[in-house]
Amino acid sequence: MRERVYRNEAIILRRTDFAEADRLLLIATPAGKRWVIAKGTRKMKSRLAGHIELFTHVQMMLAVGRHLDIVTQSQIVDSFPVLRSDLTRLGCGFYVAELYDRLTAEAEENPPLFRLLVETFQSLNRSPTPELTLRSFELHLLQVLGYRPQLHYCVVCNELLTPDADRYSPSLGGVLCPNHRTADPHALPLSEATFRLLRYLQAQPVAAGETLRISSATRQQAADLLRASIRHLLERDLKSAEFLNHLLSSQ
Amino acid sequence: MTARPEQLIAPPVARLIEEFAKLPGIGPKTASRLTFFLLRAEPKQAQALAQAILDVKEQVGYCRRCFNITVGELCPICLDPSRDQTKVCVVEEPLDVLAIERTGAYRGLYHVLHGHIAPLEGIYREDLKIDELLTRIRSEPIQEVILATNPNTEGEATAFLLLRDLAPLGVRVTRLARGLPTGGDLEWADPETLGSAFEGRREL
Repeated sequence: MRERVYRNEAIILRRTDFAEADRLLLIATPAGKRWVIAKGTRKMKSRLAGHIELFTHVQMMLAVGRHLDIVTQSQIVDSFPVLRSDLTRLGCGFYVAELYDRLTAEAEENPPLFRLLVETFQSLNRSPTPELTLRSFELHLLQVLGYRPQLHYCVVCNELLTPDADRYSPSLGGVLCPNHRTADPHALPLSEATFRLLRYLQAQPVAAGETLRISSATRQQAADLLRASIRHLLERDLKSAEFLNHLLSSQ
Repeated sequence: MTARPEQLIAPPVARLIEEFAKLPGIGPKTASRLTFFLLRAEPKQAQALAQAILDVKEQVGYCRRCFNITVGELCPICLDPSRDQTKVCVVEEPLDVLAIERTGAYRGLYHVLHGHIAPLEGIYREDLKIDELLTRIRSEPIQEVILATNPNTEGEATAFLLLRDLAPLGVRVTRLARGLPTGGDLEWADPETLGSAFEGRREL
């Protein structure tokens, strides 16, 4: 049985207005995501309002409510100020939030996933190439959720892959060896540089992408491959991906 | 077979309850209460309410120039020649215009976007009146654009997006200051607000 009032570490992923001056918040916590209500926070004088901004990492006190738990206190751990003042990074934040929201169910405990989310926002706030942070996030997210793309053994014959593998199959969930490159007619081309990049990002912490210098062609191919994998899983496109593409292309 | 309780209510009453319950923030209990109030009220009062609802839908539209709500083609602010025609204040909602007007501190024009960027709710640039604003700036003698979107992440994202579009047009772009509310306590201020209050401090 939960206490009537409890403490929670959280990242705020979505917000919508509710009733006269309240806000509903979708928060990600180590115990999974859930909707909570922050009363009166649309008023200018709300003491809580500044501490529940979108994409902030906070410590929250929540009171168990009848339908939704109620935010009683909130203190910022990290407000990610750089992310907040850059439109492209904000676009990345929207994308991360939507991906997490779409791929997880409510109240499903997963502390490693929450750590991943925190590290991703930290990296988006600091990296010179937030785009690579997104690729890292996608790879790690798929791994934590049990959809890890197979980048070491052929997904058809299980043979150890060599650098000459050049096809990635979103539906089979990984790379095809040269013998089975035709196994999936919808497999996408994979360059050696992209192959190396994906393997590196998958094995390293999220922050690893921050120090890499990668050609735009390779970045684009990695983005296309992972997006295809995610589309295969969700059977739809993400709304925020389109927005992010618009921002990246008009830069 | 006995009738279910809701079938015992006269159909016109049930219909009104149903219509009230569709309004935001009104549940079935409040809907019944409002309905029974009107049932007992003077016919004049019910008529006035019905007429007011019809008038709003029939007569009120958006101002052709600034997209504020108005009766007729242009809103009173756009029609007023004494307003400063070189300044335009960009807000998210028509209610924001009222809030700024109440301050009495601004005598320029407005432009209502009708929302803010929210990719997760499916609201993008093209859903806002941004292109209309750019057209206005090209054709009117506007020198300064004041971005008064809400001081939160979505409002900031919208302001950044506007800044990107406005930069090539050569107008002065300003953003409302952020700081401490009157009657507040420093102790309770969040770091971001307190930080911006420091940045925006002024000579006494």
